[in-house]
Amino acid sequence: MSIARILVPPNAKRGELVEIRIAIQHPMETGFRMDNNGKVIPKNTVNNLLCRYNGAEVFRAEMGSGIAANPYWQFYIVAQESGNVEFSWVDDRGEKGAASSPIAVTA
Amino acid sequence: MLKSMAGGALLPLAAQVPLALAQLPATARPPLMELVPVLKEITQGAAVRESRVKLEIPHLAENGHLVPLTVSVDSPMTATDYVRTLYLLSEKNPRPIIAKISMSPGTGRAALTTRIRLSGAQHVVAVAQMSDGTFWAASADVIVTETACLDASDIT
Repeated sequence: MSIARILVPPNAKRGELVEIRIAIQHPMETGFRMDNNGKVIPKNTVNNLLCRYNGAEVFRAEMGSGIAANPYWQFYIVAQESGNVEFSWVDDRGEKGAASSPIAVTA
Repeated sequence: MLKSMAGGALLPLAAQVPLALAQLPATARPPLMELVPVLKEITQGAAVRESRVKLEIPHLAENGHLVPLTVSVDSPMTATDYVRTLYLLSEKNPRPIIAKISMSPGTGRAALTTRIRLSGAQHVVAVAQMSDGTFWAASADVIVTETACLDASDIT
């Protein structure tokens, strides 16, 4: 179970550009590190992060070991209708995570 | 009197600085395709123009485990003209593709910030593919004092 903090402004005007931020708690194991016994720690990174706004995909990041631990993304969406900004992600072990936040859009 | 002397002494020095800078090797960066060979697979032979993309990354990163990076692309992000995909590529990381980001007109502004890992001092390249299929890029060189990972060749 991975946890994320997301930041979506609760209110926006229609057509306004809003800043979205997400930070997922995840070690992003590179697969190049070894444990104390010299055994390789298998690669385990969040490989796919998807952001949907009212069900439609707006942003997707496919990543690997090049992204720092606790992956952080900041980007923009255009406020259109009131609804939810939903995130879902999956790591190499198949562990899934999701988070969502409502946004109220006024004319 | 003192002031004017100091000013007189400084002037020639100041005039020498641009000269000294001019003698440094000019951007001795190889072409993008040689810098990040994986770019050939991404573009499939299409031309990459170095414009429209802006890559902001510290020139000196103390810690390669966490390097903040901001990319923005000059694009209106309308339904007919938008950034379809944005690639973040590394010259020396064991895996050259740092991230592949899919955008849509709903993004509104082609800009993002994230934090990357860098294995040693190197160039970082941001490549944007527009909705019309054209490729645009920007690169930046970063000095990393503490590298993020071991050499992959030690393991495999």
